[in-house]
Amino acid sequence: MQSNLAYFVTNLLVVLGVLVHMLRPLTKSSHKFASFKGVQRLLTRCKSDNSIPTKKYDLVVVGGGSGGLACSKEAATYGKHVAVLDYVEPSPQGTKWGLGGTCVNVGCIPKKLMHQAALLGEAVQDARKYGWTVPENGIHNNWETMSSAVQNYVRSLNWGHRVQLQSKNVEYLNAKGYFLDNHTLEATDAKGRKKRIVADNFVVAVGGRPKYTEIPGALECAISSDDIFWLKNKPGKTMVIGASYVALECAGFLTGLGFDTSLMIRSIPLRGFDQQMAHLVTDHMASHGTNMLWKCVPESMEKLSDGKIKVTWKNTETVEAGSDIYETVLMAVGRAPETTKIGLDNTEVQLHASSGKILGEHGGDLERSSVPHIYGIGDILEGRPELTPVAIKAGKLLAHRLYGNSTVQMDYDKVPTTVFTPLEYGCVGLSEEEALDKYGEDNLEVYHAFYKPLQYSVAERDASQCYIKMICDKEGDQKVHGLHFLGPHAGEVLQGFAVAIRCNLTREIMDSTLGIHPTSAEEVVKMHITKRSGLDPTVTGC
Amino acid sequence: MAPLAGDPKTIVQDHINKHKVMIFSKTTCPFCKKGWSHDYLLFTVWAEFLSGAAQDQDICQISRHAENFSEWPDIWTDSIEKFGGPNGFLGGAMIICSLLFGQNFYLEQHRIKIYVRYPDMLKTFQNGQTFGPTVLKNLVDRMDFYNGGFIQSSLAEISGQRTVPNVYINGSHLGGCDSALAAHASNKLLPLINPSTDQYDYDLIVIGGGSGGLAASKEAASLGKKVAVLDFVKPTPVGTAWGLGGTCVNVGCIPKKLMHQAAILGHSLEDARKFGWEFDEKVSHNWDTMKSAIQDYIGSLNWKYRVELRDRSVDYFNSFGEFKDPHTIKATNKRGKVQDLTAAHFLLAMGMRPRYLGIPGDKEYCITSDDLFSLKYCPGKTLVVGASYVALECAGFLAGIGLDVTVMVRSILLRGFDQQMAEKIGDYMANHSIKMIREAVPTKIEQIEKGEPGKLKVTAKYVKTGEEFVGEYNTVLLGIGRDACTNGIGLDKVGINLNPKNGQVIAEAETTNVPHIHAIGDILDGKPELTPVAIQAGRLLARRLFGGGKEQCDYTYVATTVFTPLEYGACGFSEEDAIAKYGEENIEVYHSNYRPLEWTVPGREENACYAKLVCLKTENERVIGLHVVGPNAGEMTQGYAVALKCGATKAHFDTTIGIHPTTSEVFTSLSTTKSSGLPVDQAGC
Repeated sequence: MQSNLAYFVTNLLVVLGVLVHMLRPLTKSSHKFASFKGVQRLLTRCKSDNSIPTKKYDLVVVGGGSGGLACSKEAATYGKHVAVLDYVEPSPQGTKWGLGGTCVNVGCIPKKLMHQAALLGEAVQDARKYGWTVPENGIHNNWETMSSAVQNYVRSLNWGHRVQLQSKNVEYLNAKGYFLDNHTLEATDAKGRKKRIVADNFVVAVGGRPKYTEIPGALECAISSDDIFWLKNKPGKTMVIGASYVALECAGFLTGLGFDTSLMIRSIPLRGFDQQMAHLVTDHMASHGTNMLWKCVPESMEKLSDGKIKVTWKNTETVEAGSDIYETVLMAVGRAPETTKIGLDNTEVQLHASSGKILGEHGGDLERSSVPHIYGIGDILEGRPELTPVAIKAGKLLAHRLYGNSTVQMDYDKVPTTVFTPLEYGCVGLSEEEALDKYGEDNLEVYHAFYKPLQYSVAERDASQCYIKMICDKEGDQKVHGLHFLGPHAGEVLQGFAVAIRCNLTREIMDSTLGIHPTSAEEVVKMHITKRSGLDPTVTGC
Repeated sequence: MAPLAGDPKTIVQDHINKHKVMIFSKTTCPFCKKGWSHDYLLFTVWAEFLSGAAQDQDICQISRHAENFSEWPDIWTDSIEKFGGPNGFLGGAMIICSLLFGQNFYLEQHRIKIYVRYPDMLKTFQNGQTFGPTVLKNLVDRMDFYNGGFIQSSLAEISGQRTVPNVYINGSHLGGCDSALAAHASNKLLPLINPSTDQYDYDLIVIGGGSGGLAASKEAASLGKKVAVLDFVKPTPVGTAWGLGGTCVNVGCIPKKLMHQAAILGHSLEDARKFGWEFDEKVSHNWDTMKSAIQDYIGSLNWKYRVELRDRSVDYFNSFGEFKDPHTIKATNKRGKVQDLTAAHFLLAMGMRPRYLGIPGDKEYCITSDDLFSLKYCPGKTLVVGASYVALECAGFLAGIGLDVTVMVRSILLRGFDQQMAEKIGDYMANHSIKMIREAVPTKIEQIEKGEPGKLKVTAKYVKTGEEFVGEYNTVLLGIGRDACTNGIGLDKVGINLNPKNGQVIAEAETTNVPHIHAIGDILDGKPELTPVAIQAGRLLARRLFGGGKEQCDYTYVATTVFTPLEYGACGFSEEDAIAKYGEENIEVYHSNYRPLEWTVPGREENACYAKLVCLKTENERVIGLHVVGPNAGEMTQGYAVALKCGATKAHFDTTIGIHPTTSEVFTSLSTTKSSGLPVDQAGC
């Protein structure tokens, strides 16, 4: 009880602290650290612009997303003087948001909530079959109610992040960072006020932003995932362009919310993911009501007088042209790292030639760039999964190494992930294609199963795409290399198996584990049909 | 000499049941000698057994020896040498030893036990022979010492034959020297020991068509065996009966999970409005729609099971089975038609049925989970009696579909489960409109009004104060426990050992004390009462019996989920059990409250969901218990059950990357220990 009270009081103080901090102009505290050693030397280098104040930190994190925040807070627990710069450049459509980065504002959180909203739409329909007297007609989703509920929650998270930085004594600068050289960052706030920042270490965690296809009208007409969650008016009839997980997820929940949604895919869906699974995902989307436009590329977009958008496209195989009018066009053709916009060319940080991401693995440290005191974490680190929990873990471990005498490096192997399409897809480890490349067909066994979640029975839902597969060694104790799960709650199902895979999971152990009945997850441990056998993998009985 | 443990007759009968071939002999008996020296009676039996032995069968000889070792018969035979006997010097129990030492293989393969009267007899083995000390040590370790006196009087009681040699094969009395020699001469001895399947109607008869029984029967059939399943549902006191498939399918896991789903969807309807869905404000629940949809689905499963049995050529008898003798079952169908069925092996898989209170009015007016799922009418205001998972699950979904529900509990919730978790489940239920009456037991149930539902008056008593409680309910549902269906099917006739406390079958590796009678599922003493356990045990048993399989059912780290409104997933040790086993100082518990992202928008509880890991400090913080209450706990827990089987440590959990945003990711970032006393509440976000 006492500790709860203390906890409450601490929080209260922290909240008050944030309020005070917010009311205080940013520049006021800036001269406090002007006497720091080394700063003089650096100041002389900036003599030309003496009007700009300079501040010195132990660690400056550029980017207040999940990774940056985690790293800064962790570093501050070692008593270090840490600052986080976060600044959201508005999207081409003018959308901006608060502290917390992509995940919180325009990524995982709002998308999962809108996905949940769509699932609840299905639940309302299922409920009727389960005896609830839900009317047959007239059920619809109110975009304004739904999106403002989601946005309010996101705002509460923005606030929560501010509170946390304050309580951990991390200085938050709502300013844009730009490297002047290997040691100096220029921070420009929303009003154009500048200051110089020097630090012993920099962590670049600026993340990525959606790309646009360079076709006429795209920038003016199309929105991206940066905008969709903050739309004031319902999207209406929507065209989603792209085959990324972002594209599929957005098209999925828009369909589920009752919007006429088309998905335009140039080549393959979910590149990098297991392709059998990816196609089952899109099969399900098609059966779930998303209008699929395969092998098509947009050619132009045009805003009509009524505000609607005319999209023209071409089928790359038949060369047939197509065109239709939409209320919303959402581009989700990929994301580009923000590394090109923060003055890294003024430093000696090496970027990957084609991706533009920071090349890590310098000096035996996975996150260290070619400049020993500049690190990269999260979506801007070359060759690493673009996932929030990865950035968080990498950021924390980096802080431990920088200030906590740790030598523990991030393990980027076997990272589980889930795509929140209407039918969720979770995976960990290798795709079947990757495994075949690496080990050869003769050395692998693939176990698989089509199953029907119990709740689908009464709801009379189609389970044609509920599918699981496991890729493992053919011989010996059959080490598991990859696990793929398509079905409701895939994320919840997969997490535990991800732990098991870190403990050298074998098929033998999987086989000896008893199922939890009745769940969908039990079908994972019950799989016994190999692809090689050619037998029907449909689960029968109970 | 070790004193006898238990009743001599039981011990003798036990040996007869346990061993395929059981020979009682006496070294001084002329007829035993006759057997050895002239017609090799016992040797014949042994040799036939060994040459035609099925794997993993016991063979045993209890031999009564003269006290004076010099009186041991010296029997010389040259034919024994093919078994590697030392110099062909044989006698009484020594023949077995000779075989053993010559062929250790048999020792391992057949688990042969030797019973002799005095330890000194070992000296005889050493005389002029070359047994190494290790072999002798092993031999001594494997020996039990019996007084031969009681054996013969027990034999007289059991078979009417007091004299030795006294031979039993597969539990049946063969006779003495002459009978054995006659059986051998007419080539009947070996078939007796290893009966060909032609002798019986079936290779395997399964009693009970539940998940375990069906799985075993199908597995045995797929191994080419002739199999029959007997399934007969005795109607409940209020007359409910159901089809093939057992508890899980008809009155257990399946319907309860579906009714749980109906209740969850009720919550989803509330949430849906917060997520922008607009529909008629007045939504209520219709019992009949739900019940019929679920019963239709169950009907389709019953049918599917019938088809599956037919497809695999398993004979299905909708008959009640009762043992007549160790190899014969009397099967009685609904119309009273009786049929005898014989089999080489039997599998007991009768499962359990709900217990009644034993108070006035309980069987007349109360229902159980056997009745609830197919109830013709909405139960209305319901009193659920009991704190079993069945009671709490039923109370949960009944309240979830909008009924007025009260739970009456005698003492603790969910006995055997982690008690912190059990209380969290209870708290959540109490916060979600379920009335909890603790420490009270009903004493009398009376009918006030007939009807569907009618009205019942329940009189109860508070355990501590003795104070009386009276309440009126439409329905009283008992969930006070379940009893194994091991009565009235003739198990006593074949001498199956039951635990007298609970009537459950005592078995080792799913085989009872009678070697050809096996048992799986809920009727097994000391094993988890769970469908997947029964299925796995049944399948592996069939593979061992008929397919040369070796794998045993692994009952450790069996995960389970309780489908209460807030689901509870558990694997491994409860916190209490871990502390009891390893000591508090060796256990570290990591824990956290959490709030599912999906709960934020509808504004559901911030601190109702909870996850904890029980770790063993002495083994590098190996995780030996995992517990979670929250939505989809079952789906979450399965993967962790696999991880715990892999020996996952806390570090393995910590280094696993979370899947964001899920609730399950909470397990990858548990940092607060219980011992620290730090708060685990969630503060807003």
